[in-house]
Amino acid sequence: MDARLEDPIAAQIAAEPGEQARSRRQMVWWRLASIALFCLAWEIAGRVPINLAFPTFSATVAAFAEMIADGSMLKAYLLTLQPLIIGLIVSALVGVSVGVAMGLRKSVEWIGAPIFIVLQAAPVAAVIPMVTFVYGIGLTAKVISVCLLALPVIVLNSYKAVANVNPSLINMCRSFLGSRLQQIVKIILPDASPVIFAGLRLGISAGFIGIILAELLITPTGIGDLITYHRAVANYAHMYAAIASIIVFSAAALSLLQWVEEKWIRPEKKRS
Amino acid sequence: MVAVTRKFPRPADPHGADMTSLESIISVRGISKVYSGQVHALQDVDLDFPAGALTTLLGPSGCGKTTLLKIIAGLMAPNTGDVLVKGRKVTGPGPERAFVFQDFALMPWATVVRNVAFGLELRGMAEAKRHEIARRYIEQVGLAGFEEKYPHELSGGMRQRVGLARALAVDADVLLLDEPFSAVDEQTRRKFQEDLLRLREIERKTFIFVTHSIEEAVYLSDRIVLLSRRPGRVSQIIAPQIDRSGSPDEIRRDRAYLDTVEEIWQSLRQFVD
Repeated sequence: MDARLEDPIAAQIAAEPGEQARSRRQMVWWRLASIALFCLAWEIAGRVPINLAFPTFSATVAAFAEMIADGSMLKAYLLTLQPLIIGLIVSALVGVSVGVAMGLRKSVEWIGAPIFIVLQAAPVAAVIPMVTFVYGIGLTAKVISVCLLALPVIVLNSYKAVANVNPSLINMCRSFLGSRLQQIVKIILPDASPVIFAGLRLGISAGFIGIILAELLITPTGIGDLITYHRAVANYAHMYAAIASIIVFSAAALSLLQWVEEKWIRPEKKRS
Repeated sequence: MVAVTRKFPRPADPHGADMTSLESIISVRGISKVYSGQVHALQDVDLDFPAGALTTLLGPSGCGKTTLLKIIAGLMAPNTGDVLVKGRKVTGPGPERAFVFQDFALMPWATVVRNVAFGLELRGMAEAKRHEIARRYIEQVGLAGFEEKYPHELSGGMRQRVGLARALAVDADVLLLDEPFSAVDEQTRRKFQEDLLRLREIERKTFIFVTHSIEEAVYLSDRIVLLSRRPGRVSQIIAPQIDRSGSPDEIRRDRAYLDTVEEIWQSLRQFVD
């Protein structure tokens, strides 16, 4: 074929790199503006003030700097991160494996689906005191709290992701003589990965809820302790600094996960 | 209904031989297919596909033509009957058949070159070698320069060229095309048809082509199998004798071309409400 394509899309693609870079720069500016606007509104609301217990943005930043300087923030994070990271790794590994197995085999689906659907519907905050009752107030109880919140959403998303893989791609793999293993590794997992990663993102934010709930409900340690302590002594700026830091930390963890997905698993998403 | 092979006067036969005397590379024998015990898609289909010919399965929508193609591809099992490839019974996909999908079936996470090389990747060929082969076919279907693009960066017509290059890259004897041009616009479709005719001169392969377009079937085919409405049976086999040495416009104005289109329409209109 000497089909030299004179497709308008071809010209458009050729012109794209510069165009893309410009729109990316614009996006960054608008996002920064969004954050700045939020901080400004916080500052104004604190100065009005809407409530005596509501500090200004600048006071919160100052309190944050102070807590970094005296090491209390770092100490709190070390305590909080241990059960959180263990819980999230366990939830991610077990959750994705179980979810994928449920998507691949009907028998596993029938066993697993009811358990995780009920777990996801359960108000886990009500279960956490019971976890304490059984496992005490140590690391185990906190890891279990994280898993209780993170696991169901990861399992159910992975399961749905695999169950909804494009059947045409599976037929394609079969017609080009792919084995079942190749089909799973080269087609099903990559095709399911956006939804699996969406589940992981929800799971991570649920895990953060789990660890903070555990630290507030089981024993005050780590960030939960910082929040409780500064509230008790009416250091509201410090309390807000602790809360804001965990929110920022959680958001950063989610961005990191998205970066991993785009970098290693679905490179085409960067170009859309 | 009886299968009839029509003979037309042949001014110039580009393949130099009577199609009926050619050895058949694929045969189907007594194929019937019933979906979920109710929908009778195909009934007692017997067909031979001559090697080197382009045979089109044509019929009203829902006549089971895609079902028949998927059974030939080994992607679907018939309820009764056998598919023979080079005289041997097959029950699944095989290296001698390659499929081009209606919805392209490209991996959105893979570049054009990886998509085209995918059949070879599944066979365990080393990356350098399979990419070299893939690049050759990408060039042949007119996509040189797009090797590192992702499918969403291509137009529909270009995506189907990727699907075609992937099927060519595994060097199968038979290409099975399931309404390959139905998801692209009419201009792209015509260009694609012209390119396919030219491709046939380079690649000596057998094509089995499913379409619902009478014009497309007549324009491209050596043999056209008309299927009746559900349950699909072979209603007629037509071998249009069209001189394809001229330009696309000349072919589309050719007397034999227009007569064959009209004749097929007269046969098929009985199936249309």
